[in-house]
Amino acid sequence: MNKIKVSPARRAFIICNYILIALFMLICLVPILNVLAQSFSSSHAIMTNQVTLFPVEFTTSAYSYVMKDSRFWTAALVSLKRVLIGVPFNMLMTILAAYPLSKSDHTFRARKFYSAYFVFLMIFNGGLIPTYVVVSKLGLIDSIWALILPCGVPIFNVILMMNFFRGIPEALEESAMLDGASQWQILFKIYLPLSKPSLATVTLFSLINHWNSWFDGLIYSNFTYNYPLQSFLQTMVVDINSVLQSGDLSQIVELLSVNNTNMKAAQIFLSIIPLMVIYPFCQKYFTAGLTLGSVKG
Amino acid sequence: MGKTHKTASKAYKSRQRSFHIMLLAPCVVLFIFNYLPIFGLVMAFQNFQPGLGFLKSEWVGLKNFETLMKLPNFLPALRNTLVIAVGKIIGNLIIPIIFALMLNEVRNKWFKKTAQTITYLPYFLSWIVLSGIFINFLSQGSTQSDTGFLNTVLMNLGLTRTPIDFLGDKNLFPWTMIFTDVWKNFGYNAIVYLAALTGIDPSLYEAAAIDGAGRWKQTIHVTLPGIAPIIVLMTVLSIGNILNAGFDQIFNMYSASVYATGDIIDTLVYRLGMVNQQYSLSAAVGFFKSLVSGILIIVSYKLAEKFAGYQVF
Repeated sequence: MNKIKVSPARRAFIICNYILIALFMLICLVPILNVLAQSFSSSHAIMTNQVTLFPVEFTTSAYSYVMKDSRFWTAALVSLKRVLIGVPFNMLMTILAAYPLSKSDHTFRARKFYSAYFVFLMIFNGGLIPTYVVVSKLGLIDSIWALILPCGVPIFNVILMMNFFRGIPEALEESAMLDGASQWQILFKIYLPLSKPSLATVTLFSLINHWNSWFDGLIYSNFTYNYPLQSFLQTMVVDINSVLQSGDLSQIVELLSVNNTNMKAAQIFLSIIPLMVIYPFCQKYFTAGLTLGSVKG
Repeated sequence: MGKTHKTASKAYKSRQRSFHIMLLAPCVVLFIFNYLPIFGLVMAFQNFQPGLGFLKSEWVGLKNFETLMKLPNFLPALRNTLVIAVGKIIGNLIIPIIFALMLNEVRNKWFKKTAQTITYLPYFLSWIVLSGIFINFLSQGSTQSDTGFLNTVLMNLGLTRTPIDFLGDKNLFPWTMIFTDVWKNFGYNAIVYLAALTGIDPSLYEAAAIDGAGRWKQTIHVTLPGIAPIIVLMTVLSIGNILNAGFDQIFNMYSASVYATGDIIDTLVYRLGMVNQQYSLSAAVGFFKSLVSGILIIVSYKLAEKFAGYQVF
């Protein structure tokens, strides 16, 4: 193959292909870069509409202003707490559900019943209002558990884990059983150490989900100091109307001030730093997770 | 022999017990936070009072559904949901396939990896972050100073004279939602097709080349049939999303001026229930959505099993 000359038509195609893909990349990056550039530009440069893809009159003042805002840090702490409790909780639930469900109907007699119990929830849900009523009747409003328990068992992750466990040879389990190992020992001493890549995938899904969630924080909190970061951003950056309606004069003045655009931008980018830090290292796990979940055998 | 049998059956029993114990906690959590709300949908048939709860609230039969049908917002919201969701389903199917086919032709590993890293990125950002970015980027602006970047570029290129109101014009709003959603997801959605493309047997291409098929013919006769099963699967599974127009995205980008085309079932549920406190009416809308979606999901799973041999659980 490599000795065959590349025809001119083929070469033209290859070049066009590279250009088109570069265009796709550009389309993905331009909105993000433009707003990122604004966050590092002076308010004068923004007001005169000079900012394109690079900062104009470079300054970090928007960032230092946001970093001085105690509300921002309060929200960041709620998010951190949520991740530190929510992710391990998700993982525990996922593993405990996925392991028995990965067994055959023959090995685990009641499997059919349990899998129906899980599948039903992939099909039907109670929706916003009944879920809200349940959470509020349980007295979880304004508690961190309102952000953790309702999404405590991520069924998609259970399916991912279950499919991975199914790929582990049964012979391992049988020989361990002959040596007198209990199912708990088999799960924690044999299956989990063999499942590191998919554990990483599922942990990342759960982490991203907890970090990005905003709606539950908004509806399950009466007080803004209980908002996680994304809910806080929703009220600060996106939902301008609610601030205007609130009649809080200092907030309205702040909103209308010229500094506002780059401050909003700065808040957006500060909130995604944790994701950006892990993203390059974890990309392969996301890919693995998606293909594992949808394309089987 | 008898003894071995006895220990075996004992091990068998303890194994079953361990399985039940493992599943206990996940099942309890799901029961409380997923099953109870489903039972709670009975409030759609009640005049629900938060103080009385599900058990003591007054039963009103189908009255909420009658009110619902008379509600001027409901049918437009249903139509908007279908329009936006179908647009997204089509866009999220075609663009990732094209992108995957293009990436598959790239031989330079570094370029391929960079392209993937960049195009996956938006998928991992929340709609809060992306709405913040798009509200800024797509802004029409009341003065020249706060015109968004896209409008500035379009005007400088002479493509439009006055800035376009992407988020405030009710004719454009659904398109803006479809485009930004495809923008967010196409890179990530392409992964599935790329995986399928790498799975195609290279000898098929060689055989086609020997038979005189050019690159284009190879794409038509080898590549597309090769990924057809996964295309069918993804299409079929997307049927279940036909009433999901994307609450997170629309809630954060819509405004009263685009309710006519941008208000969807989920945003209506939110406004009725959480803002106006009409719990029962809102739950009736939710009940309707859950029922229709549920039926569609069952249909899609059945079709996926039939056509692609795909089993969910």
